[in-house]
Amino acid sequence: MTTTTADVNLPALPSAAGRAGLRGVLASEFTKLRSVRSTYWTLAALIIVSVGIAAIAGFGVASNIHNNPQNKTGMDATQASLIAFFELGQLIIAVIGAMSITSEYSTGMIRTSLTVMPRRGTIYLAKLIVLTTVALVVSLVTSFISFFVGQAAMSGSGVSASLFHSTKVPANAFMHPPAGGNGPPVVTFHGTLTITSGTVLAAVVGTAVFVTVVALIAFGLGAIIRHTAGAITSAIGLMFVLSIIIQLLPDSWRWDIMRFFPDAAGRVLSVTVGPSNPHLWSAWPQFLVTAIWAVVLVGAGGYLFRKRDA
Amino acid sequence: MIEVRGLTKRYGDKVAVDDLTFGIEPGKVTGFLGPNGAGKTTTMRCILGLDYPDKGTVVIDGQAFRDFANPMREVGALLEAKAVHGGRSARNHLLCLAQTNNLPRRRVGEVLELVGLTEVAAKRSKGFSLGMSQRLGIAATLLGDPKMVMFDEPVNGLDPEGILWIRNLMKALAAEGRTVFVSSHLMSEMENTADHLIVIGRGKLIADCTMKEFVARASGASVRVRTPSADQLIRAVTVKGATVGTGDDGSIEVRGLSAEQIGDLAFDEGVRLHELATVRASLEEAFMELTADSVEFHADAPSQPASTMIGTGSDR
Repeated sequence: MTTTTADVNLPALPSAAGRAGLRGVLASEFTKLRSVRSTYWTLAALIIVSVGIAAIAGFGVASNIHNNPQNKTGMDATQASLIAFFELGQLIIAVIGAMSITSEYSTGMIRTSLTVMPRRGTIYLAKLIVLTTVALVVSLVTSFISFFVGQAAMSGSGVSASLFHSTKVPANAFMHPPAGGNGPPVVTFHGTLTITSGTVLAAVVGTAVFVTVVALIAFGLGAIIRHTAGAITSAIGLMFVLSIIIQLLPDSWRWDIMRFFPDAAGRVLSVTVGPSNPHLWSAWPQFLVTAIWAVVLVGAGGYLFRKRDA
Repeated sequence: MIEVRGLTKRYGDKVAVDDLTFGIEPGKVTGFLGPNGAGKTTTMRCILGLDYPDKGTVVIDGQAFRDFANPMREVGALLEAKAVHGGRSARNHLLCLAQTNNLPRRRVGEVLELVGLTEVAAKRSKGFSLGMSQRLGIAATLLGDPKMVMFDEPVNGLDPEGILWIRNLMKALAAEGRTVFVSSHLMSEMENTADHLIVIGRGKLIADCTMKEFVARASGASVRVRTPSADQLIRAVTVKGATVGTGDDGSIEVRGLSAEQIGDLAFDEGVRLHELATVRASLEEAFMELTADSVEFHADAPSQPASTMIGTGSDR
C-alpha cells in the first residue's frame, strides 16, 4: 500500500436544486424516529398497556356490577375504558417525547445533526412536527382501540357507551329489603342519564389529543434538560407525582390549585356522564391549561435549543 | 477559505480560545496542532457554529456557516466518530443526514462504498470498532461533496492501515482543490500529510506557517562525533570557530560545522572517527519546544532523550 495521491473515487454529485429547509429536515427527522428500535418498543408498550388495562378494567366493571347492581348508577363506561390510556399511557408517551430530543444529546448525535443543518430553528421545528404527528396518530389509534376493547369486555354488564348511538345509565338506585327478609337486597333504579355518541367521540378524541400534548410537554422538558432520565423523571413528576402530592394538601388548598396543573385535563376530557368536578373547569378550558404548559415548555426549550452551545 | 478572526471562547472562568486569528486556504492540507486542551476542538466547534464565540467571527467563503443554502455541500466535518445514535444502522444514519440537505438517496450507497462499509451498512453502529466508526464519520463528511472538510484527531485509535487510508484520503481531497483542515496533538502525524501548519497552545496562536518553514525552524543542526581522540578533534574544530559540547555517552556535539567539514578536518588531523552524524531537533521536538509553555497539564515523566538521526534525504 504505497499509494500516494489517488482520486477520491466518488461519483459527482448533481448540483443543488434549492435551499435546504424544513421539507428535507422533516424527512430526516422521520427517518431518525423510524430507524431506532426504541421507538417501536415504546409505542408497543403504549398500546399494550392502554388496551390491556382497558380490557381488565372492563371485566372489572362487569364483575363489580354483577355483584353490586346499584353501582350501575352514573357509571361512566367511556372513562373506564380510557383511564389506563390517559393515566399510564401518558407516562409512556412522555418517554417518546423526551427521547426524541434527549437521545441526540446522550449519543452525541446532536453535534452531527447541527453540523449538517446549522439552522437550529428548522431542526427544532421539524422534530416538533414529526413528534406531534406520530404521537397524535398513535394516540388516536390507541384511544379508539382501548375504547372498543374496554366496551367489549364489559358487554352484557348492563352499562356501556357507544360511538354510534346513545346509551343510558340509571341516575339513582334504591335498595329495598327482599320480600320475606332473606337474600340480597332488591335494587330499583329511578331516572336515567343519557350518554350521547357525540360525547363519547369527544372523549375518545379529546383524550388522544391530551396524551399527544403530554408528549410535547416531555419534548419541551427534554430540550431544556437535555438528559433522558432527567427529562422523563420531570415529565412523570409533573403529570403524575405532582397530582398525588396535591391530593395530600388540605382540601381548601388543593381545590383552589388543582385546575392549574397539566394533568387535570385528562380526568375531565374522558368524562361522558355524571356531575362535573366542581374544582376543575370543563373539558376544553381545562385542556387549554395543559396546552399552555406545553406551549411554555416547548417555547422555552426552543429558545434554549437555539441559544446554548450544543 | 475559512477565516477565523479574533476568536475568543470562554467556558466559565476558563478561556479555551483566546483572540485567535488565522485563515485556512483551499487546495492544501492544513494541520491544526496543539497539545491536548489547547483549544483545537473548541475552535472547530466555533467554526461550525456548535458553540457560540464570546468574541470574534468565523467566516467561510465570505459568510457564516449557518447561512449557506446547502451546508453539507460547503463543509463536511468529523469532530467525534462516536457522535452517532448507536441504535441506528450505518445506512439510516447517513440517510437521515443526507435528507436534511436534499441529497439524492443513492449518495448514501456511494459514500458507504468509498469508505468500505457497504457490507455492514444494515448493521447498527453501536457494534462498530473505532476504525469503522471513523470511516462512517468520514462517509458522512463526504455526503455533500463539500468544498471543505474538517477532521478532529481523525487517526486516534486507528490501526496503521486506517491511518494510511485517512492520510491518503486527505491528500487526495486537497489535490482536488478542497480545503482540508485536520487537527492533531501529534506532530508526527502531520509530518507526512500537512502542507501548512497552524499551531496553538492555551488557546493562543503560536505558529502559522508552511510545513517547510516549520521544518527549517526545527533544524538547528548539530553534529555528533565519537572518536578516541576527542581532545585533538575538539581543538581542531574550535580553531575553525565551532562550539563543542559533550554528550552523556562520551560523544561530543559540534555546532557550527557541517558533518562533511568535520569529516574532512578529522581526515587532515589523522583522527579516527567512530561516529559522525548530523543531529537535528525532530519536528516533534520543535513542536514540543514551541508549545512547552502552553501545555495544559504537564506530565511528571522525564523528558525524552533528544535527538533523531536524519540521513541525507531521509524521510522516515
